Amino acid sequence: MYVYDQYDQTIVDQRVVQFRDQTERFLAGKLSEAEFLPLRLQNGLYVQRLAPMLRIAVPYGLLNSTQVRKLAEITRVFDKGYAHVSTRQNIQLNWPRLEDVPDILAELASVQMHAIQTSGNCIRNTTTDQYAGVATDELEDPRPYCEIIRQWSTLHPEFAFLPRKFKIAVCGTSQDRAAIRAHDIGVELVANESGNIGCRILAGGGLGRTPVIGSVVCEWLDRKHLLTYLEAILRVYNQNGRRDNKYKARIKILVKAMGIEAFRDAVEQEWAPIKDGPTTLTDEEIARAKSFFTEPPYAALDHAASQSALAAKTSDNPIFGNWVKRNTVEHRVDGYRIVNISLKATGFAPGDITDTQLELAADLADDFSFGEIRTTHQQNLVLADVQMDQLYPLWLRLQSAGLATPNLGYLTDMICCPGGDYCSLANAKSIPVAEAIQSRFDDLDYLYDLGPLELNISGCMNACGHHHIGHIGILGVDKKGQEFYQVCLGGSQSKDASIGKILGPSFGQEDMPDVIEKLLDTYVALREEDEIFLDTYRRVGIAPFKERVYAKAD
Amino acid sequence: MPRLIKQGQIVEDSWLAADPDATGPGAQQILSLDQWLAIDEKSGRAVMLEPGQAPAPLFEHLAQIPMIAVNFPVFTDGRGFSYARELRERGFQGELRACGSFIRDQLTYLQRCGFDAFQMADESQLNEALASLDDFSEYYQAAIDQPQPLFRRRA
Repeated sequence: MYVYDQYDQTIVDQRVVQFRDQTERFLAGKLSEAEFLPLRLQNGLYVQRLAPMLRIAVPYGLLNSTQVRKLAEITRVFDKGYAHVSTRQNIQLNWPRLEDVPDILAELASVQMHAIQTSGNCIRNTTTDQYAGVATDELEDPRPYCEIIRQWSTLHPEFAFLPRKFKIAVCGTSQDRAAIRAHDIGVELVANESGNIGCRILAGGGLGRTPVIGSVVCEWLDRKHLLTYLEAILRVYNQNGRRDNKYKARIKILVKAMGIEAFRDAVEQEWAPIKDGPTTLTDEEIARAKSFFTEPPYAALDHAASQSALAAKTSDNPIFGNWVKRNTVEHRVDGYRIVNISLKATGFAPGDITDTQLELAADLADDFSFGEIRTTHQQNLVLADVQMDQLYPLWLRLQSAGLATPNLGYLTDMICCPGGDYCSLANAKSIPVAEAIQSRFDDLDYLYDLGPLELNISGCMNACGHHHIGHIGILGVDKKGQEFYQVCLGGSQSKDASIGKILGPSFGQEDMPDVIEKLLDTYVALREEDEIFLDTYRRVGIAPFKERVYAKAD
Repeated sequence: MPRLIKQGQIVEDSWLAADPDATGPGAQQILSLDQWLAIDEKSGRAVMLEPGQAPAPLFEHLAQIPMIAVNFPVFTDGRGFSYARELRERGFQGELRACGSFIRDQLTYLQRCGFDAFQMADESQLNEALASLDDFSEYYQAAIDQPQPLFRRRA
């Protein structure tokens, strides 16, 4: 993974000093609430319902074990002993004290971490595929490009006061696991006709109040132009994005208002004078970025032998076998598997992890996966490089810590924002809804029979829980001070991205498990062979679901 | 006389504040964009851009303009950052002044985008604001103050 040199360290250290001074001035009354607001947001600090919330950047979801141990220590010393993995692959603390935040940032800087631009109307943490570099379907590793974008966007002087937040995602696979179509800018690494790898650039995707699938601005861009092209898009947005209404301020609204053709023309016009300028990437810089994401020293293993040994082990122990089947994924390298650690155990808020679980994860990373660990936008963890013959000892240790829930990609592996329990923006609670659904559907055989199913829950229109792109989406709404839940169906975050359609009138919190059950019953009754929920929905439409859910009781 | 930061020094202002309603503004008065567009003899006249007034109309006159002010009525409206960069990238050599409600914590970014003069709403903050220009000694991106990105300069 990327390692700081003296330049990176200087920038992060100086940022800590700057924020310490800003916090002191705020506490001394020399900086007003309104002035401090964007400054603290650009350091990841929200003021929330119960306490401040600090969002720590995990660039494109990559952590080493030293960093994970530091996070565990921070949650213990400065918080209540747990942290939350967000849908942008970041780590959130729910209970820090404002006065402690500069010290927390200094602790983070000591392990090459920060909270820069994890919030605010600026370029946010760039996200990517959690299986980057190890996926079997990858054309090109997206992480070097993420790191190049991270450096370019960090403390960018021109784009710190944009009309609204700005999110970039990069993917390098045919199957898009980074939801790039739901981002302000999506970068897809693609080969052109002559086989050269470049970037397809999408813009104007986004969730929130007006969900939109991104449009292609440039079909194939030589990668050396990546940064100048991004700069041109940002410049069009910074000057022309709406600032009169925060609900219409995202780039998706601008792209829609201008039309993709006119938007593209405006970008090309801004691009012309800076194209081929100093920000043009050099071969050396691309090579330097790539040099941090080379292969770890994999053992030379016989794949067939590894597989048959694993098969023997799994038939001895069906519980272990089930976990292997559900939570591990094929690896690019012979004799290895990718391991997902589900943070969706019933009874725990989705994405939450305790200090001791963090420390265990760090140990497991050291013992089984070259010291690295990843966060995912589905709010789980990944150990990317585990030898097949090590899966069993790894599983035993995960199980003893309650981290072996075999539900990856199934109903209870739901995406869920912190909601009204923590977030001051939320209209409604989301965690209790998630927990009620998890409790109702805790029969694993039933979950497996239902097949892959994405259930996403957001506590408000800001859509941090990505409800629009869940196969089933749940949105918390406020009606005259009471919390209700709207359901949408048919969203997808994959290459065939789609926005879910609203089912009908909203429901009370206590009704939600019943509503979900009726939706699932409808699906089970109508599905053909191995059809997953999304495909059945796409075939039969929303009507049968609607009829079943809103049918009057006899 | 109002004071401001100019090229790293605190100095007295030699320009007179803009008055968009004035008819026949004096030679030392900063013009609004409309006033500037209306006058025939543009040489030596200073002009102020408001948010939403993109600098394109100035481009062909840059050599004649001694000073361009960019107003920040609210400090969270960042359009002026792009205006400044576009003016400098097209070769504007004169004074580029930020004025209005920007705050001292934005000075580094403003300077990086090409501003070399800072007229703050609260003059008592000028000293601290000047000091804030030293907050960072290194940057990743190319900008007006450092045209080479870090990746072309890394030792």
